[in-house]
Amino acid sequence: MGDYNKHDQHTRDTKELVNTSYDINNDEIFKKYANKSLPLNTKKTRAGLSVYTGAWTVKQQKHLIRRLMFGVKRSDVAAIAGLTPSQAVDALLNNPIPNPAPPVNYYENIYADITNVGYGQPWVNAAYGDGTQNYYRRLSLKSWWMKNIVTQNMSIHEKMVLFLSNHYPVEFSVASDARFLYKYMNLLRTHALGNLKTFITELSKDGSMLRYLNGHFNVKNSPDENYAREVQELFTVGKGTVQFSELDVQEAAKVLTGWRYDTLSLTTSFDPTRHETMNKQFSGYYNNTIINGQTGVAGANEINDLMDMLFSKDQDVAKYFARKVYRFFIYYDIDTNIENTIINGLAQTLINNNWEIKPMLAQLFKSDHFFEPNTMDCIIRTPIDFYAGSFRSMEASVDPAIGIEDEYKSYYRIVRNAALAGQNIGDPPSVSGWPAYYQTPHYHQMWINSDTLPKRMKATDKLLNTNGYYVSANARLKHDVLVYAQSLSNPSDPDVVVNEAVEYLLGVDLSQSLKDYYKSILLGGQTSNIYWTNAWNDYINAPTNTTFAGTVRTRLNTMLTEMLRMAEHHLS
Amino acid sequence: MKRRDFIKMTATASAALSLNGLTVNAFGEGKFLSALAKNRATNGNILVLIQLSGGNDGLNTIINLDRYSELAAARSNILIPQANVLGLTGQPNTGLHPSMTGMRDMFNNGLLNIVQGVGYPNPNFSHFRSNDIWSSASDSNVYEATGWIGRMIDKEFPGAPQAYPDANFLDPLAIQIGTSVGPMLSGVNGLNGLALSSISSFYNIVTGQVDPAPNTPAGNELTFIRFIAQQTQAYTQVIQNAANLGSNAATYPTGNSLADQLKIVAKLISGGLKTPVYVVRQGGYDTHDNQVDLSNTSFGRHAVLMSELSEAISAFQTDLQMLGKDDIVAGATFSEFGRRIKSNASSGTDHGSSAPMMVFGKHVNPAVLGTSPVLPAVATTSDNVPMQHDFRNVYASILRDWFEMSVSDTEDVLNGGSFQTLPIFKQAVDTVDTPSPINTIGLEQNFPNPFIEHTTIRFRSTGGDVQINLYDQMGRKVRKIYENDVPAGTRDINVDRGNLGAGIYYYEMIHGNQKLTKKMIVQ
Repeated sequence: MGDYNKHDQHTRDTKELVNTSYDINNDEIFKKYANKSLPLNTKKTRAGLSVYTGAWTVKQQKHLIRRLMFGVKRSDVAAIAGLTPSQAVDALLNNPIPNPAPPVNYYENIYADITNVGYGQPWVNAAYGDGTQNYYRRLSLKSWWMKNIVTQNMSIHEKMVLFLSNHYPVEFSVASDARFLYKYMNLLRTHALGNLKTFITELSKDGSMLRYLNGHFNVKNSPDENYAREVQELFTVGKGTVQFSELDVQEAAKVLTGWRYDTLSLTTSFDPTRHETMNKQFSGYYNNTIINGQTGVAGANEINDLMDMLFSKDQDVAKYFARKVYRFFIYYDIDTNIENTIINGLAQTLINNNWEIKPMLAQLFKSDHFFEPNTMDCIIRTPIDFYAGSFRSMEASVDPAIGIEDEYKSYYRIVRNAALAGQNIGDPPSVSGWPAYYQTPHYHQMWINSDTLPKRMKATDKLLNTNGYYVSANARLKHDVLVYAQSLSNPSDPDVVVNEAVEYLLGVDLSQSLKDYYKSILLGGQTSNIYWTNAWNDYINAPTNTTFAGTVRTRLNTMLTEMLRMAEHHLS
Repeated sequence: MKRRDFIKMTATASAALSLNGLTVNAFGEGKFLSALAKNRATNGNILVLIQLSGGNDGLNTIINLDRYSELAAARSNILIPQANVLGLTGQPNTGLHPSMTGMRDMFNNGLLNIVQGVGYPNPNFSHFRSNDIWSSASDSNVYEATGWIGRMIDKEFPGAPQAYPDANFLDPLAIQIGTSVGPMLSGVNGLNGLALSSISSFYNIVTGQVDPAPNTPAGNELTFIRFIAQQTQAYTQVIQNAANLGSNAATYPTGNSLADQLKIVAKLISGGLKTPVYVVRQGGYDTHDNQVDLSNTSFGRHAVLMSELSEAISAFQTDLQMLGKDDIVAGATFSEFGRRIKSNASSGTDHGSSAPMMVFGKHVNPAVLGTSPVLPAVATTSDNVPMQHDFRNVYASILRDWFEMSVSDTEDVLNGGSFQTLPIFKQAVDTVDTPSPINTIGLEQNFPNPFIEHTTIRFRSTGGDVQINLYDQMGRKVRKIYENDVPAGTRDINVDRGNLGAGIYYYEMIHGNQKLTKKMIVQ
């Protein structure tokens, strides 16, 4: 696509990232300290899938929120504190899913839209325009996605969308056409808590997927096997001990011939003239299934036969999906015990509910296993969770009053920070998704190396600094520690400030001596709490007094800058 | 006498000369130093700032023998017996706390400069606020988010801290010994320095202290992240190398936290680290009660602090000398404020205002700048030590004469204020080689001075708004003398005594972003 690297000189803040050239395989420090084998010797939970009925305190509540959403705020915890654990999980799975207005032209002043889409108007159904314009629309789409994450409601929905975009990905930079990518996003958003089989069926006919994995070019007499392989190996049955064969790839490709996308009507359709109508014979893995060739428009039904066949391998499909969910939401190390008790149980629930996703998620998140202490705090936060989640946790926000252009640029700054740290939303490195979810034995540790860890720390430092990140002459992206402090239960008490910062911002609790140390920063090295209390009360009583505000801001910034550099901040 | 002749002078000669007022100005050392360090990002000089946290009681640190009767009247319960005060050669009016033998020797050997009555107008008595003012070098009523060292580093190292280390400067831009970095090192883009609490465990560089990791999946990941953090901290290797190459030659006192910190600094400097600023801290100065032992006022909490301070600094100076690094290192003490003239009933002192600063090193002017503070005959609890020098005059002297920054850079670092330098360092005045820069604005001594009814102040401006304010010894603004939009040039204004009581006052001229201050006396 010729549009890709053009015009990155427009502005450094909207410059899209080419995938980083950083090579983790040459990172000596990562190689030295990352897992050499899976961490078999650590104490792991033996708890199973029975419904959890134990303690229900902030510890469990924030664990649930952090795993199902991005970051955690005190107000999030307050919203579920009055429910039982099961009710809280049900709420997070069933709360109404927002239907955000489509992404718009924020780029008019950077590159004027040539298809008559005005500033602030949605471009999702407009003509293509040219490559540069499409490039800015992709940035618009990513910013819109990030806004949806940062402004999420009390729901697992946004995390499931990200989950799907990793396991059933299209790379935006390859599929390219932003209008089809918006449709792909809507597909994920629609099916995120729906039916797995329906989702895979629709995904197989999605315009972006047809382009990304070459379905568009998969035609009679010249089949392209790309999607036919991945839909089995990566999206459904996986690569188990008993495997599908090369024959199955070839035959599935024939089934899928004839599906096309059209960039003028922005639709996908089935073209009988390009469809292979002969019968398709599959291997013993699929019980020698034959999918009968259909002629004319009926050929479009063969895709349903293919899905029936794939999902007939229900144990393989369900366990493969359950392992993906487990590695995304719980931990990466699946030992024999977890395979036998958790994965098998979740798989059976998925099958029993005819591929509806919600019941198995509910079973997992309501379980003893989920709330067992050994399950807590062990996820290394992904870059997106780290930046978007911290943005929420710090009570930061982007004020729409700064205008559409600056608003989109602000969200794009979060996208860009995460990309610099190794997770470019919408652009996983390959159809396999991010290596952190499949690269054994390192898995989640892939997120942290000598390149990304300093970047994460420096970005946190910068967000806490008064200047923050430059977005435009009128807008900066930053965390306001005074807004954050006011969200705490009693910000005039330095013990409360430290305890709640540790409780909500860090993954692992700290010792009292470390908490005392952080309090000493708030106290400016003095020992009496009253010095902080007076300073805070001065500020509250005269909030417009810049000196009073500065006095508490400086100390909060110093304390939080240091606290958020801790390894504990990178865990969830 | 030619400049090169001055350079040949021995330390003894310079010490002797310095006692006669300001003749030390004739020592031509500034240029000499810069020639040694031409190819560095800074001029190669190193500053060690010693923060006396909590507010040091200056009156019991530098003891003004010519004010002894006033001190006796104000603070009999904590008064140091006159016989115990350590005398300073050639300084009949000034002595040191009895615990400070090390620093007494340093003064007598020409290694210590004392600046009397350092403070700022409109003093603030809050630890937080006053510490912020000292850190940011702001006016008392202005909040600045960045620190003066942070801004200095911004000037010397553009793009700090994100752009460093780079190929030309691998070393940390500033180091605070301890586990956290204070607001003084805060620059425009973040903290321009790193905290270092030990050179044997490098965990601390990144994360301060660490709790042990549990044997759970979370513990496994925590340990992994800590290892990566430890290993990738960009400055680790540089510091490790300096620590390995460096050594200590002198014997430091044990059980003395400040000495431990300075020992690390000396080792890193001897190992070749070029970091221009170090900050160390000694806590415990908030002596509201039991400042002294009731049975013997020469002992007690403050005496222990004075002893630790003096022993640590003199060991450090000896070490630098033995290591051959004393040419490039100077140190200075500072505290957020001094303490009240009048002691309280708990054998302690409450928060005050001005206090002395001590600057040490081979290249300081070994003199007492200013006079013994003027104290009321019978001080009340509201009386405070009058300001003689704005702390930013000291900062300006460090920036101009020690780091050799330009006038305009120095003013930028000091938030646009124009502060005259003090003869803290033996500096190149050197009328032949480098005429002192011509100030385009000027504020002359009032005439007559002292005065009874009327006096005249002459100022020179570059045109624009000029404001002149009058402050009393406490730094309180007592009158706006003048405000007008004037053409460039010189102008005289007449000042009536009005209701001013007898005493010392300061008049400050504000013109654009520049400030000049002078003292006047009303009889």
